[in-house]
Amino acid sequence: MKHVISVTVENKPGVLARISSMFARRGFNIHSLTVGPTEDPRLSRMTVVVDGPEMEQIVKQLYKLVHTVKVTELDPTETVEREIMLVRVNAEAARRGELLDAANLFAAKVVDVGASTVTFEVAGEPSALNDFLELMRTYGITSLVKSGRIAMAKDLKTTTKRSRLRTA
Amino acid sequence: MAETLTGAQALIRALEHAGVDVVFGVPGGAILPAYDPILDSPIRHVLARHEQGAGHMASGYAHATGKVGVCVATSGPGATNLITPLQDAYMDSVPVVAITGQVATKAIGMDAFQEAHTWGISMPCTKHNYLVTRVDELPDVIAEAFHLAGTGRPGPVLVDIPKDILNATIPWHRPGEIDLPGYKPSVKGHPKQVKAAVELIHRSRRPVLYAGGGIIKAGASEALRHFAEQANVPVVTTLMARGAIPDSHPLALGMPGMHGNYTAITAMQRSDLLITIGARFDDRVTGDVTTFAPDAQVIHVDVDPAEIGKVREANVPIVGDARTVLEQLIETMASLLDGTEPPDREPWFSQLAAWQQEHPLTYHQDPDGPIQQQYVIEQLHRLTGGDAIIVAGVGQHQMWASQFWGFERPRTWINSGGLGTMGYAVPAAIGAKVGMPDETVFAIDGDGCFQMTSQELITAAIDGIPVKIAVMNNTSLGMVRQWQKLFYGERYSAVDLTDHTPDYVKLAEAMGCVGLRAETPAEVVPTLEKALAINDRPVVVEFKCDPEAMVFPMIPAGGSNDHVVLGPEDLT
Ligand SMILES: Cc1ncc(C[n+]2csc(CCOP(=O)(O)OP(=O)(O)O)c2C)c(N)n1
Ligand SMILES: [Mg+2]
Repeated sequence: MKHVISVTVENKPGVLARISSMFARRGFNIHSLTVGPTEDPRLSRMTVVVDGPEMEQIVKQLYKLVHTVKVTELDPTETVEREIMLVRVNAEAARRGELLDAANLFAAKVVDVGASTVTFEVAGEPSALNDFLELMRTYGITSLVKSGRIAMAKDLKTTTKRSRLRTA
Repeated sequence: MAETLTGAQALIRALEHAGVDVVFGVPGGAILPAYDPILDSPIRHVLARHEQGAGHMASGYAHATGKVGVCVATSGPGATNLITPLQDAYMDSVPVVAITGQVATKAIGMDAFQEAHTWGISMPCTKHNYLVTRVDELPDVIAEAFHLAGTGRPGPVLVDIPKDILNATIPWHRPGEIDLPGYKPSVKGHPKQVKAAVELIHRSRRPVLYAGGGIIKAGASEALRHFAEQANVPVVTTLMARGAIPDSHPLALGMPGMHGNYTAITAMQRSDLLITIGARFDDRVTGDVTTFAPDAQVIHVDVDPAEIGKVREANVPIVGDARTVLEQLIETMASLLDGTEPPDREPWFSQLAAWQQEHPLTYHQDPDGPIQQQYVIEQLHRLTGGDAIIVAGVGQHQMWASQFWGFERPRTWINSGGLGTMGYAVPAAIGAKVGMPDETVFAIDGDGCFQMTSQELITAAIDGIPVKIAVMNNTSLGMVRQWQKLFYGERYSAVDLTDHTPDYVKLAEAMGCVGLRAETPAEVVPTLEKALAINDRPVVVEFKCDPEAMVFPMIPAGGSNDHVVLGPEDLT
């Protein structure tokens, strides 16, 4: 079972190494990890997708790192998840039209065209990316790069806040 | 206008600010600038003969005093030599700050002379570590390092400082407020959980208080004794908690675990409630976890939330400082249960007494046979009235010291529990004696362990640190030999040391110490008396001990605590 955790850390040199070293040392498996700046320049946010049953320990061990500010395990039903990928597929002239039609269905953007390949950019739900890859396999994938998942909890408070405003 | 200091001067000033009175170290190229202002500082520098020694000295000092111990090393090999003591301190939650020199900032990553990636190497064996990148952050980093090492769950913190930063200048400023948004250790336990714990304790018929090293770290011994008496609960003290409650106390059951006594092991095993405080269900305590204390509910008090539920599920988890939570338990118990009768624990206490009667720790000293280590330990206890700090290496001698020394006070037992580091005793004893100069500090070391760090005898002799060291010479790596004897059909592989090389008496003398030797049981007491009478120099006493003696009781590794092996006959 895969779990998605959002980890807010202090934006300090080496913080990524600290997190990945802890995962390695404790024998926790990382499926994917992304990291980037946040709305606050002092903080970075990581989205870590992990495999395995030791969620409670993972969260506690993350908190134990001095630079970890907040750890949230995201509930898949209340989370927006996105991933981007670049995928290069075989495209002989004869099958190009058919290939582009298929890509259209997924809103895949053509970002590079070679003599016998086409490269697509696809962004969206991780499951949609996988569906697209399934489809592309029939043409032959020659190269694939994925960004890893980023995720954010939905703002479930929005509606109640608004309605409260309205009644006030 | 602010005074202008070099980074090195600022470092020493910041150490003074942190209350440091002594550092243990070895100088070298990268850390050189820091060794100049040390000359003008009231801080004492003890020159170790190996950085591993310096690290364990800092740990021994911290164990004995409760303060943060400090060690200093240069870059590269100096820093890598500190790794064993750092991991040791990490496993046993010992507050230590290590200061290491690093090659100049622009040489980092160039494979410069004596460069090592100290920050990366030390990351998994420290609570936190720093590579200082700007001289003006140095005072704050040092203040933070001491704060981290000494608060919450204590542990080692390393500060790596490039040489150019030690040489740069800054206007001195006092360290500012500690600003660590991700570091807020809990002190007080949640009142609801405390109440739940008290209710559980009050219903328990077979409670055991499982006291770990956290009790000693938190200065919670008084509170522990008070609470145990108030709640009428027997107490086991783990290897790291010996002395947390006096062994002479009627509620004290002694040490559980692999070489614990029958009653302590079995009390946990049959308990209906383990009141766990500052302990972590180490595999040396639990044996096979799946069969450990099957009927027990668990209250788990720890300052480190990650310990709770790591090995054993807790019915009542309480995150907080051991002493504060014990005081909350005392108060809550007094107010909540005023007047209500606790259940009848008479059957439990008589069961415990029966086990103690049936299976006491025993040994036999044949007056004409070889010296038994237990005899040496008991006689030393008698001669000192138990009033000494005991430091041990790792092996059979360590287990016997823990079993047979009656500990009456906290911080009088210093050993390497989590990592099991051979060579710990000599330098740790030196650090303890530096911190507690008025105490008798007696190391009980193995012949194998002693050979790993005996160079530090010179440090003790030259720096005027009169420790006493018993070398229990059983001519072997005894604990390993015991396993080969029991589990490998007496096929002895690489465990024999010799009984004559080194000549421990001559070695001691060559190192500037007094060397004594006892070869027969009759010589034990007079030799100990001689050793105790010498207080102006370090003393090494060799005891020629029985190589065939084995430590019992024993739970073979991975075995169940249901099957306590009381002697070799139980294994066949
Ligand atoms: C640095 C290190 N290396 C190896 C070991 C494995 N080991 C554990 S006990 C032991 C034997 C210790 O021998 P000695 O100091 O003579 O003590 P004894 O068991 O004989 O009392 C060994 C080799 C260890 N704990 N630490
Ligand atoms: Mg030995």
